[in-house]
Amino acid sequence: MLGNIFRLGIKELRSLFADRMLLIIIVWAFTAGIYAAATGMSRELHNAPVAVVDFDQSALTARIVTGLRAPWFLPPRQSTLGEMDTLLDRGEVSFAIVFPERFQRDFAAGKRPAVQVNIDATNMGQSFIGASYIRNIITEELQYEAGVRSTDLPLNLVARVRFNPNLNGLWFGGVMEVINNITLLSIVLVGAAFIREREHGTLEHLLVMPLSAFEIMAGKVWANALVVLIAATLSLRFIVQLLMDIPIAGSVSLFVAGAALYLFSTASIGIFLGTLARSMPQFGLLIILVILPLQLLSGGVTPRESMPLLVQQIMEAAPTPHFISFAQAVLFRGAGIELVWPQLLAIAGIGAIFFGIALARLRKTVAQAQ
Amino acid sequence: MSDTVLARFSGVALRYGAVQALAPLDLVLPAGQTVGFIGPDGVGKSSVLALLAGARKLQTGTLTVFDGDMRDARFRARIQPRIAYMPQGLGRNLYPTLSVDENITFFARLFGQGRAERRARIDELLAATGLTPFRDRPAMKLSGGMKQKLGLCCALIHDPDLLILDEPTTGVDPLSRRQFWELIDRIRARRPGMSVVVATAYMEEAARFDTLVAMNDGAVIGHGSPDELRAHTGEDSLEAVFVALLPEGSAHRREKLVIPPHSGQGEIAIRAEGLTQRFGDFTAVNAVSFEIQRGEIFGFLGSNGCGKTTTMKMLTGLLPPTEGRAELFGKTVDARNLDSRRQVGYMSQAFSLYGELTVRQNLELHAQLFHLPAAEIGPRIDALVARFALARYLDLPAAELPLGIRQRLSLAVAVVHSPALLILDEPTSGVDPVARDEFWALLVELSRENGVTIFISTHFMNEALRCDRISLMHAGRVLASDTPAALQASRGAATLEDAFIDYLSEAAGTAGAPPTDAPAQPPTAAHNDRPPPWFSLGRLLGYAWRETLELRRDPIRLVFALLGSVLLMFMLGYGITLDVENLHFGVHDQDDSPESRAYVQTFSGSRYFIETPPVRSPADMERRMLTGELALVIDIPPRFGADLRSGRAPEVAIWVDGAMPFRGETIRGYAEGTHARFLSEMIRSRTGVSPDLLPTDIEVRYRYNQDFKSIYAMVPAVIPMLLIFIPAILMALGVVREKELGSITNLYVTPVSRLEFLLGKQLPYVAVSMFSFFALVAQAVWIFEVPLKGSLWLLSAAALPYVIATTGIGLLISTFTRSQIAALAGTAILTLLPTVQFSGLTEPVSGLEGAGYVIGQLWPASYFLTISRGEFTKALDFATVWPSLRALLIFGPVLIALSVMLLRKQED
Repeated sequence: MLGNIFRLGIKELRSLFADRMLLIIIVWAFTAGIYAAATGMSRELHNAPVAVVDFDQSALTARIVTGLRAPWFLPPRQSTLGEMDTLLDRGEVSFAIVFPERFQRDFAAGKRPAVQVNIDATNMGQSFIGASYIRNIITEELQYEAGVRSTDLPLNLVARVRFNPNLNGLWFGGVMEVINNITLLSIVLVGAAFIREREHGTLEHLLVMPLSAFEIMAGKVWANALVVLIAATLSLRFIVQLLMDIPIAGSVSLFVAGAALYLFSTASIGIFLGTLARSMPQFGLLIILVILPLQLLSGGVTPRESMPLLVQQIMEAAPTPHFISFAQAVLFRGAGIELVWPQLLAIAGIGAIFFGIALARLRKTVAQAQ
Repeated sequence: MSDTVLARFSGVALRYGAVQALAPLDLVLPAGQTVGFIGPDGVGKSSVLALLAGARKLQTGTLTVFDGDMRDARFRARIQPRIAYMPQGLGRNLYPTLSVDENITFFARLFGQGRAERRARIDELLAATGLTPFRDRPAMKLSGGMKQKLGLCCALIHDPDLLILDEPTTGVDPLSRRQFWELIDRIRARRPGMSVVVATAYMEEAARFDTLVAMNDGAVIGHGSPDELRAHTGEDSLEAVFVALLPEGSAHRREKLVIPPHSGQGEIAIRAEGLTQRFGDFTAVNAVSFEIQRGEIFGFLGSNGCGKTTTMKMLTGLLPPTEGRAELFGKTVDARNLDSRRQVGYMSQAFSLYGELTVRQNLELHAQLFHLPAAEIGPRIDALVARFALARYLDLPAAELPLGIRQRLSLAVAVVHSPALLILDEPTSGVDPVARDEFWALLVELSRENGVTIFISTHFMNEALRCDRISLMHAGRVLASDTPAALQASRGAATLEDAFIDYLSEAAGTAGAPPTDAPAQPPTAAHNDRPPPWFSLGRLLGYAWRETLELRRDPIRLVFALLGSVLLMFMLGYGITLDVENLHFGVHDQDDSPESRAYVQTFSGSRYFIETPPVRSPADMERRMLTGELALVIDIPPRFGADLRSGRAPEVAIWVDGAMPFRGETIRGYAEGTHARFLSEMIRSRTGVSPDLLPTDIEVRYRYNQDFKSIYAMVPAVIPMLLIFIPAILMALGVVREKELGSITNLYVTPVSRLEFLLGKQLPYVAVSMFSFFALVAQAVWIFEVPLKGSLWLLSAAALPYVIATTGIGLLISTFTRSQIAALAGTAILTLLPTVQFSGLTEPVSGLEGAGYVIGQLWPASYFLTISRGEFTKALDFATVWPSLRALLIFGPVLIALSVMLLRKQED
C-alpha cells in the first residue's frame, strides 16, 4: 500500500513540475508575495496622512506639528478649512487638526482653547490608534510648554508590550502571508489536480487498477503538501528570517511539523471541493467561496475574539483558525509543544473528517461523471 | 489565381522541440480536386494540414495558398473566409453544451452572415446531412458520426473554396462513415471548384480520392492518382501500394495474420445477465446478456453512443449496474475487490494517460502500480516498447504524441501487467493499418497461447472478422450475437459490413439515414472577394452570444457567482471587524487590598475587557500569555493600596500581547484610557473636583461614521473585494479552457480577430458582474442597513469600468497560462494579496510604502474602494470622485490591450 501511495505521489510531482507557469506562480507567492506583504502592510499607525489647519501660526502650534513625526505620520499638509473637507472626502488624509486663532496666547492665559481633531472613521483601525497618538503628542507638547510633568500623578502605569516590543507590523504581515499562501496553494493545487484527472479521464483509469481510493487520495495529498511545505519552510528561513531579518521566537521545526498536519487537512478540503465541483470553472468559484472566509475570518487579519459569536463558531469547524492560533503562539511567542498540542489535535481531527468525507465521495463522483 | 494550383510548399520544415516533424517538404497540390494524405500515425499529415489551414505557424520554408504567402498575416485574414478546417478528434472544435443549431449559428456569425442568409443555409445543411431532427440536441449528446456531420456543417456554412478534413472518419461507425463520404461527394458534385484536402488512416477510403500523397516519417514518399501509384508500384490494394512505397529497410512485417480457431470449450470468463444502466430517464444499456469463454476474442460493434462503453464500464466495476449483474471468472464484479482488478486490463475510449508524463514514465508508473517485481519492470517495458514501436517517442510527453501513437501507448499500458482479461474500448481508433495488424498479432498471441480473454469494441470490419464472436449493438440493445460468418449468412450479405449496415438501418428506421432525395440546393456561392473588415461587431457579438449560452447551460456556475457573492457579503460584512473587543485579561494581584480590587474593577467593568481567573504566579502568566489565552496581564505590586493611600505613587505594570501589532497597540490604548479613568475617579472622590488630566480640550470628531461602527466601514469595502475575485476567476478560465479543450482552433482559422475574441468572451461576464453589483448594493442598503448617502448613479458609473478591469485581469492571466490549474492558482494568488492588503481595506493606500504602495496605486480595487466608501459614507460629488474614476477608466483598455498582445492567432 505504501508503495502505491509513494508511486502515485511521484506521478503527482512529475505533473506539477511539468507546468512551468504553475511553478513560477508558487515561487512568486513564497518570495516576492511574502516580501511585498511584509514590507507594504502595517496595520498599526504608519505613514498616516495628516492635514493641519493652523489659524494661529504660532511657535507652539508649529512645535506640535513637528511632533507628528515619521514613521507614524507623513509630514503634515498645511491646508485651509475648505480644502480640509475635500482632502478628507477623497481619503487623501485620514486626520485633520484645526488650531483656533490666538491658540498660544489663550493657552498661556489658561483659557484652555480647544483643538479640533477630525478623523476619517472609515479607516477603523487607524483612526482609533491615530487619535490616541495625536492626543498624546498634543498633551506632551502642552505640558512641556506649561512646565508640568506627568510623573506628578499619584499612580503610574508602566505598559510593556511582549513578543513584539516595538509593535512592528512587518513581523506580523510577513508570517501571516506565509500561512495565507499555504492555505491557498494547498487547496487549489490538490483540488484542481483532482478535477484535471477527472476531466482527462485518468481518474477512471486509476480506479480500474488495483488501487484503493484511499491510496489515490493519499498520493495526491502527500505530494502536493510536500511541495507547499518545502516552499513555505524555505520562504520562512530565507525570505522572512534572513532577508527581512524578522526574529522568530519559537522553534521553526515545531512550526513545520504543525504546518505538515495543517496541509493534510487543507489538502483534504481541496479534494473534498474537487468532488463537489463538476468542472474547473465551478471549482474556481468554490475556491473563492471557501478561501476568502478562511483567510479573512481566521484571525490572521483581524482578531477573532471581536467577531460575532456565530462567525467564530462557524469558523471553529475550519482548520485555519486553529493553525493561525498555533502559528502565532509558536512563531511570535515562542510557545512549545506542551502548550499548543490542543490546536494540533483540532487540526488533525478536522483534517481526518474532511479526508473521510472526500474518500466517501470519490467513487460516487466518478459515476456522476458519465 | 492560377486555376490548377491550390498550394505550393517549398522547403517547409517543422520541428517540435527536438523532434523533426516535417523534413523540408516540396509539394504542389492541385486545385479543384480531392487530395488525400495517407500514411501511418505521427508522420506529419496533421502538421501539413494545420499549416495549410493557417492554424499552425510556419517555421521554415515558404507556403503559398491561393497564390498568396501564408506568412503574411493580412493575407491570411483575407483568405480565411475561403478555408474551412476540421481538426482531428471527434467534435474537437465544437462546443459540447451548445445544440446542433447553435453550433452552426455560431460559425455563421463568425463569417458575418445575416439572420435570413444564416437560417436558409443552416436549414439546407441540416437537411443535406440528415441532422434536421436533431437540431436542438446538445453536441455532447451526439454520436461520433453525427458529431462529424455537425463539424462538416460548421465547416461548410461559409462556402469555402478549400475544405480541410483531418481524419474526419476516425472513430466513426461504418454506416455513418459511408454516409459521410456520400455527403462529401454530393457537395463536390454541386461545387466542382471546391478543393478538399483529407488526411486518413483508412486505406479503403483513399481509393475515392483524385490525388494521393503518401507520407512516412515527415517526408513524402509517393505522390499521384491512385491508379498512377498502383501502376508505379505494381501492387493492387492501396495498403500494399503504401508498403511498397516505404523506403528499403523500414518495411513493416506484412505476413498475413492467421488466427488459429478457438477451442470453443472452457470456463466462462465473463457473464452478463440483464445488465441495465439508466442515467435519469435515459436508458443507456437495456437488459444486455452474454457469456464469454476464457481465451475467446469477443467483439462489440455498434454506432457511437449505443451503449458499448457503458457496458464495458459496468464490467470493470466503474459503474454499478442499475439492474442485472456481471460476473468475472464466476465472481460478481465488485468495485472494492482489488484482486479482481489485477486480472483486468482496461483501455478507455478517450485517451486517459498522463499527458504531462513521458511515454517511459507512463509505462513505469503503471508497471509499478500493478506491482511488477522491480527486476522485471525494465525488461517488460523494453519488450513493450519494441512490440509497439515506441522507441522514438520514449522521452516525449504523452500529450505531444499524435493520436495513433497515443493509442499504441494506451494499449501497451493496458497489457503491462499481463492481465487474464482485456477490456478494450475502441483501441484501434485512429491507429494506422500497419500498427493495427501488429496489435492484432499480439492479441491473437495473448488469446491463443496465454488464454487471455479479450473483450473488444471496434468500428473496423476487418477487425470484427477476426473475432471469434461478435455482438451488434444499437440504442442500448444487442441486435444480434454470433460468429461473423453466421451473421453475414443470416442476412445473405456479401460482406460483414453490408450485413451490419443492414441490421443498423433496420433498427434505426429512417431516422439516422440521410434523406437521399433531399432537395438540398447547392450552397450558393455568396462570395465577394472583399477582405473581411478588420473589426466586426457581429463577430464579437457572436462570441459573446456563444459564451452567454455556455454560461446559461451551466446554471450551477451562474448561481454560484450570484448567490456566492451574497453569501460572502454576509460572512465578511459581519465577520471582518476592526473593533477590538472582548479582550481577555488576567490580574496578578500581589496586594489584594480594596484599592487594588477597585482598580481591577475599572477594567472588568469596561466593555472591551473580559476578566479571567487570577494569575497565580509569574510562571502561570508566562504560560497563559504564550498560548494567547491572555491579551493583557495587570501586575499589581505588593503594598499597592498602602502606597496609594500614603501618596507614594505606586506603579502598576501591564503586559500586552504584541503578537498582532495593531491589536497590541489598541490594547495598550484601551489600558491607558482605563487607567486614566480610574485615576480621575479617584481624584474626584478624594477632592470632589474633576481633575484636568489634559492641559487643554481636544475635540475628536469621527467623521462619516459617527457611531464608529465597523459595519459602515466594512460593507462598502467588501463590495469592491467581491467584484474583483469572482469576476476575475470566472474570466480566468475563459481562454485557457479553450486551449485545454481544443476549441481555440476556431480562433486560429476563422476571420475573428483577437480583440473580437477577447471582448466577446468578456462581455457576458461584465454583465453578470454588474448584476451581482446591484445585488450587493441592495443587500448593503436593505439588509445591512448601511445607507447609501451618495449617488447610486455615480457608484454604478464607477462599477462598470471596475468590473471591466477585474474581468480584464482574469482575461490577461488566461492568455498567458497554459493549464486551467495555473490560471486558477495564478488568479487567486495575484488578486488576493493586493486587494486584501494594498487597496485600502484596512488602511489608506497613501499610508503604504515600498512595493505595497506601488501595487496599491496600480490596482483597480484601490480606486473603486475609495469611490464605494465615498459614495456610501461621504456622499461625494462627481468632481471629488473624478480622479479615481479617471484612473479606473484606464485599467480596462490597458489590460485588454495586453491580452491581445499576448494571445496568439496561430499555434506555435
